[in-house]
Amino acid sequence: MSKDTLEYHWGKHHRAYVENLNKQIVGTELDGMSLEDVIIVSYNKGNMLPPFNNAAQAWNHEFFWESMKPGGGGKPSGELLELIERDFGSFDRFLEEFKSAAATQFGSGWAWLAYKANRLNVDNAVNPFPSEKDKKLVVVKSPNAVNPLVWDYSPLLTIDVWEHAYFLDFENRRPNYISVFMDKLVSWEVVSKRLEIAKARATKREMEEERRKKEEEEENSEDEAVEVYVDGDESESE
Amino acid sequence: MGSVTCNPLAPPSTRLLLNPLKIPKFCHSRRQLHGSQRASKIIAYYGLKTPPYKLDALEPYMSKRTLEVHWGELHRGYVEGLNKHLAKDDVLYGYTLDELVKVSYNSGNPLPVFNNAVQVWNHDFFWESMQPGGGDIPKYGVLEQIEKDFGSFTNFKEKFIEAALTLFGSGYVWLVLKREERRLAVVKTSNAINPLVWNDIPIISLDMWEHAYYLDYKNDKGTYTNVFMNHLVSWNAAMSRMARAEAFVNLGEPKIPIA
Repeated sequence: MSKDTLEYHWGKHHRAYVENLNKQIVGTELDGMSLEDVIIVSYNKGNMLPPFNNAAQAWNHEFFWESMKPGGGGKPSGELLELIERDFGSFDRFLEEFKSAAATQFGSGWAWLAYKANRLNVDNAVNPFPSEKDKKLVVVKSPNAVNPLVWDYSPLLTIDVWEHAYFLDFENRRPNYISVFMDKLVSWEVVSKRLEIAKARATKREMEEERRKKEEEEENSEDEAVEVYVDGDESESE
Repeated sequence: MGSVTCNPLAPPSTRLLLNPLKIPKFCHSRRQLHGSQRASKIIAYYGLKTPPYKLDALEPYMSKRTLEVHWGELHRGYVEGLNKHLAKDDVLYGYTLDELVKVSYNSGNPLPVFNNAVQVWNHDFFWESMQPGGGDIPKYGVLEQIEKDFGSFTNFKEKFIEAALTLFGSGYVWLVLKREERRLAVVKTSNAINPLVWNDIPIISLDMWEHAYYLDYKNDKGTYTNVFMNHLVSWNAAMSRMARAEAFVNLGEPKIPIA
């Protein structure tokens, strides 16, 4: 990835997103929030508010730069490799899926490796029982500025497939860019670290949910005792 | 019936003769008979149309290299993708490209062939929306209609440039004749969407995918759009498209002299 590309991609595109975002949120309620919160709030469940594009792109690009390192590439190791092999069959299959997602994202967008730790949140229906679809690694692709945070996934790795990311170095040859990225640029250490953080966060969240559920149960059982009316009251007041 | 075979090694200006009518069933069975000889025949359905000018004719506003990559590789890639789709399942063969776009859009639930088909259409339209020595302002009917619907040509130009600059991600900006409203409008679309799918008639388009301008202007969309409006846009093409569109859309009352 040439210096030219970095100068434009980081120096102009990324910088513009940050500056425009700052202009957009100054003085609004989004001003003091963390970047992730700004993204989730302005995603507005799909009905995006104006700051979303800039916020998400600022976050995405930071994530992207950190996903790479000079002399990167190779294979992951340790727990990350285990999980990859568990969820994709083999590292090569994962590579295929990731490269294909990146190559087939039509228009501008991103391809991600993410950790999916959540169950479906269906408040007013019987919770679907936990399936093996939870707590696993997934490859997803997203258009334009969308990123997996809005689906409550934990992103681990991303590749920018907006054309500005590769056009100066590879022109239209996106598959070459993707291969070079996977072979020479990916920083698996960073990805492993993110995986640990994601898992810790997921466990913490589970524990909190269980605790909350227990509290709710206790509250409910207290209330029930108060709400029972004895039939005899009515006739006695007569 | 139009001929179906084509040698892809021939110069790109060779165009296929397409049968615009739906092919009745017996032709499918006729193709089956050819199956045994397929090894010797190369079958392609759509051809790559060359732009109506040489690849370096738009210099210095759009470089030869951009044309080479954009037309020679990306546009060609879309044509080949379209042909591959049709080779797998040619139930959609027999449409004109316009019809194929509308049919495969499938009212918002696009079929897999849509992206390739519509991008071929979009790029054919885009090359023809430009000309060497373009720009300037339109004349006669197009100018009148623009002034009627936008107030002034300057206003239209501003709206067009604004649409281009505020488009997020990949897409196109169009000057389009809306059928229902019977007026011109500036419309921006995402990715590959094309006003044909809403039954409107495009008059001019500007490709705002990054691959269209990145080699020449890097991230400077403003300059690219201005250069397009001032030096590249072909109002001649717009004029002929308007003339054709007026056969479908009644643009106003005739001037009836008051007795």
